[in-house]
Amino acid sequence: MNTNDPNQVKEIVRNFINQSINIDALGDDENLFETGLINSLFAVQLTTFLERKFGFEISPEDLDIQNLKSINATAAFVARKSAATAPQMAGKKG
Amino acid sequence: MNFKTVGVIGAGTIGSGVVADLVLHGIHAVAVDLSQQSLERARAVILKTVRFAPLFIKGAPKLSRDEALARITFTTRLGDLCGCEFIVENVTEDWTVKKPIYERLDRIMPATVCFGANTSCISITRIGSATRRPDKVIGMHFMNPVHMMPTVEVIRGELTSAETLAALNQLFAQLKKDAIVVGDLPGFVSNRISHVFMNEAAFVFQDGLATATQIDAIFKKCFGHKMGPLETADLIGLDTVMRSLDVLYDSFHDPKFRCCPLLRKMVDTGLCGRKSGRGFYAYPDSES
Repeated sequence: MNTNDPNQVKEIVRNFINQSINIDALGDDENLFETGLINSLFAVQLTTFLERKFGFEISPEDLDIQNLKSINATAAFVARKSAATAPQMAGKKG
Repeated sequence: MNFKTVGVIGAGTIGSGVVADLVLHGIHAVAVDLSQQSLERARAVILKTVRFAPLFIKGAPKLSRDEALARITFTTRLGDLCGCEFIVENVTEDWTVKKPIYERLDRIMPATVCFGANTSCISITRIGSATRRPDKVIGMHFMNPVHMMPTVEVIRGELTSAETLAALNQLFAQLKKDAIVVGDLPGFVSNRISHVFMNEAAFVFQDGLATATQIDAIFKKCFGHKMGPLETADLIGLDTVMRSLDVLYDSFHDPKFRCCPLLRKMVDTGLCGRKSGRGFYAYPDSES
């Protein structure tokens, strides 16, 4: 899995969302919470999924609905977190 | 006076919610439950609630795990509540369990401390009678999830004083909650009505008229309810719903409160709703 590939990350996020809601043609910038398609419990499930799938920990500061509000926002958040986590993991491997 | 330390007895679904809400509002919580195992489960639920609160509540503090834990004392000893300024009791909805707790609390707590009874159906006046301070006993019927529900059904027992109501209002001001104060008969307002609703939904399901999804969809899509009756029952806990119906039936002897046999059977097989991972619906991500 290449977290530097935004399309791959978006696809993973989209697939996870589609498991919870049945919607055709979900736009990458569609605000999932404002459309009422998902509820607050889903935000918790999405956060847990992202941590398990991409191997980073989401800090209290990161837990912001703005980071999860759409597929694009979530993909950008994953890219930032993965980039921040990667140097620490590289150091540990050495 | 501002409350700094509040005791919470019973760290189940609502008790854990109360603890989380206290933590989010800067009040130290002393959480009491029967076993270390129960407390460990509660700790996980509370930390998860506190962690994700900022996602849903504007202005909720972003607390680290250590910061949240610093605001909670977990204990199996009622005696550790001695320094608390207010007590919220949330044990099992069973008078044989609640009564000895209030008798003990009455002996160990300073005379000025009020007891908030979080019961869905048991008479507040009756609870007060188990103590020598019935004027300081008041009902607090929290809804789930506690930290996200701004309004609480508050029940004034026959002897509950105005000073006790004022103390409760002070605590609620700190928690940014409102109280709707009602009279004291079994089930009060919310549960006396809602449990007939949920019970009849269970009968409709038992009779095979519709699926659980369809029953709930009728009320969500035709009546604009946020949640359907069976989803609500799963959220409350089918065991709690069953016990509440039994209390209502025993109190009023009205057959409209007789518990649906299917509900009882589900509880007997461990299908208690969200808390157990399955009820009328499955919950693969539950804490159980």
